[in-house]
Amino acid sequence: MAPVIANTDPDVLLRIEGVSKIFDGVVKAVDNVSLSVSKGEIFALVGSSGCGKSTLLRMLAGFETPTSGRIYLSGQDITDLTPYQRPVNMMFQSYALFPHLSVWENVAFGLRRDGLRKAELAERVDAMLSLVQLSKYGKRKPHQLSGGQQQRVALARSLAKRPTLLLLDEPLGALDKKLRESTQFELVNIIEQVGVTCVLVTHDQEEAMTMASHIAVMDEGYFLQVGTPDEVYEVPNSRLVASFIGNVNIFEGKVDEDEPDHITVRCPECTHYVGHGISGVPGMNVGVALRPEKIQLSAQKPNKAHNWCEGEVVEIAYFGAHTTYHIKLDTGMNLKVQQANLTRKTADDLTWGDRVFAHWTRDAMVVLTE
Amino acid sequence: MMFKSILPRIHGLFTVRNLVIAVPMVWLFALAAAPLLLVLDISLAHMNITSVSSLWHWADDELTLKFNFGNYLYLGDDSLYFKTYLSSLKFAAVTTLYCLVLGYPFAYFIARAPAHLRSVMLMLVMLPFWTSFLLRIYAWKALLADNGVVNQGLAELGLVTSPLHMMHTSFSLTIGMVYAYLPFMVLPLYATLVKLDGRMLEAAADLGASPFKTFWLVTVPLTKRGIIAGSLLVFIPAFGEYVIPELLGGPRTLMIARVLWDEFFSNNDWPMASAVTIVMILLILVPMALFNRYNDETKLGDKS
Repeated sequence: MAPVIANTDPDVLLRIEGVSKIFDGVVKAVDNVSLSVSKGEIFALVGSSGCGKSTLLRMLAGFETPTSGRIYLSGQDITDLTPYQRPVNMMFQSYALFPHLSVWENVAFGLRRDGLRKAELAERVDAMLSLVQLSKYGKRKPHQLSGGQQQRVALARSLAKRPTLLLLDEPLGALDKKLRESTQFELVNIIEQVGVTCVLVTHDQEEAMTMASHIAVMDEGYFLQVGTPDEVYEVPNSRLVASFIGNVNIFEGKVDEDEPDHITVRCPECTHYVGHGISGVPGMNVGVALRPEKIQLSAQKPNKAHNWCEGEVVEIAYFGAHTTYHIKLDTGMNLKVQQANLTRKTADDLTWGDRVFAHWTRDAMVVLTE
Repeated sequence: MMFKSILPRIHGLFTVRNLVIAVPMVWLFALAAAPLLLVLDISLAHMNITSVSSLWHWADDELTLKFNFGNYLYLGDDSLYFKTYLSSLKFAAVTTLYCLVLGYPFAYFIARAPAHLRSVMLMLVMLPFWTSFLLRIYAWKALLADNGVVNQGLAELGLVTSPLHMMHTSFSLTIGMVYAYLPFMVLPLYATLVKLDGRMLEAAADLGASPFKTFWLVTVPLTKRGIIAGSLLVFIPAFGEYVIPELLGGPRTLMIARVLWDEFFSNNDWPMASAVTIVMILLILVPMALFNRYNDETKLGDKS
């Protein structure tokens, strides 16, 4: 079957068309996935382990061959190219730096394969090392560096050949939490400075949201949803996406009325009045997703017919900037509520066993059919 | 006063830690250092018909120490010894090289095999050890003799008209040595190859290195330890090998262990034989020391 070049949009750098990967004839790691990545963007593949995101990334690098489907880079079919023939470089999970080579030689490794002249090679390596602020560390061996420095060597090594596409496999996975936050911004800065297009794999949805311009949420080899970080967070298209990206409360209920400007959903806990529309048939089973930070707590009964419920505080987790409460509703449902700590903690704050009312606005929730 | 300060020190010697260390130390001294010193002692003595002279002599309240360096000087005088050392080194080096060239792909293949097959393959490498070493070397005699299995086979195929002369040549000697020492090369190579991080190879490929370049620039340097360990395990015993040259080597194959044998049992010249031994050990100590230094250097780097 001849490959059909359907989309010739010049902004599209990477196009994946119906790619599947089946291991041992039975295990479908990646199942008929299609995707376009624009020039200069950072695209994140998120999902829990075993969802196929790493396999997809390895197919882009050339370490795995798709069972079916094609991969195009700058309009050229690269599906059958070996890793060393592709203008694609990867920053490996836990870096895979060559332990027997110095930092300088690690960065030079790829350039040496291109047969660059000595002077140009040295210039490029030095430029890379200064880009990641490691100019002084060229002579060291990788094991003599800290985790954060190793990560920067790995980045410099993968950028040295000026790849058309940069692949990042859990780029921050090996760093501790504090370092991860600062490195995140540094990494994005450097990538944007170089202007390289990037596909990033991570299991950490926060990492994906802060770094990427587009996110694909994967599960069992499928894309559940592809969108910008705020689309995926605010308008998830399924219960799976809603619960994978961030925290969420999901009420199960039936559509009661379907009007042009709103619908109502009757749940055992309360009746939801949703101000934006899905069109559904009354009686249809739906889920109503409500993020914890979009809920307010009060001691007084709210003065409205919809969008509130009552329960007992059973758990309080104090994070400093905010507090997460678990409210046990009368139906037994556990409602997570996140409140910003706008004032300093006082003695008459909510405590365990208090009865409270949780309420929210008509624009707070998303109705999910899947 | 003095006594009091010494006592706890003596007491401190008998800690559990020191006692545990003492066991191998005593063992090493009794079974390695002491015999070696004895050999050194004999090498500096004279042969008095049937007995070896003593190095020290006590008479008239005088202790006389007499060292005879004649044996060592004779080693330098007679070019036979020099040639034999050289020839032994050559055979050991050739054996090591062939073992490495054969053993590396061997070990690579086993290390890359599915995990459940690896132990079976390693067993197959070890299998020859289950039969007697002598028996296996004799088997090569039967294979390589003028009327042996190989020649018969070649004759039957019509490839040769008169039998190939293979036995008692450097060819048969090398085959026997490589055959006997190959497992000693394969095992340490396997141990380093199986630990080789596959992502290193992927990283090299990703950066544009062809499989051949990846092998030279990543696989070989990262398995250097196995290469050195295997080479030493083959080189050192091959250098002093006696049985294989005796059974498979030619009458003119010079190997130092045969000279040693002759000095001991034909010439009955123990001091000379001991001198030959001491020089042989010194020749082996050099590569050993180099290896240890390399090992220490890499260990310093292995903090992570």
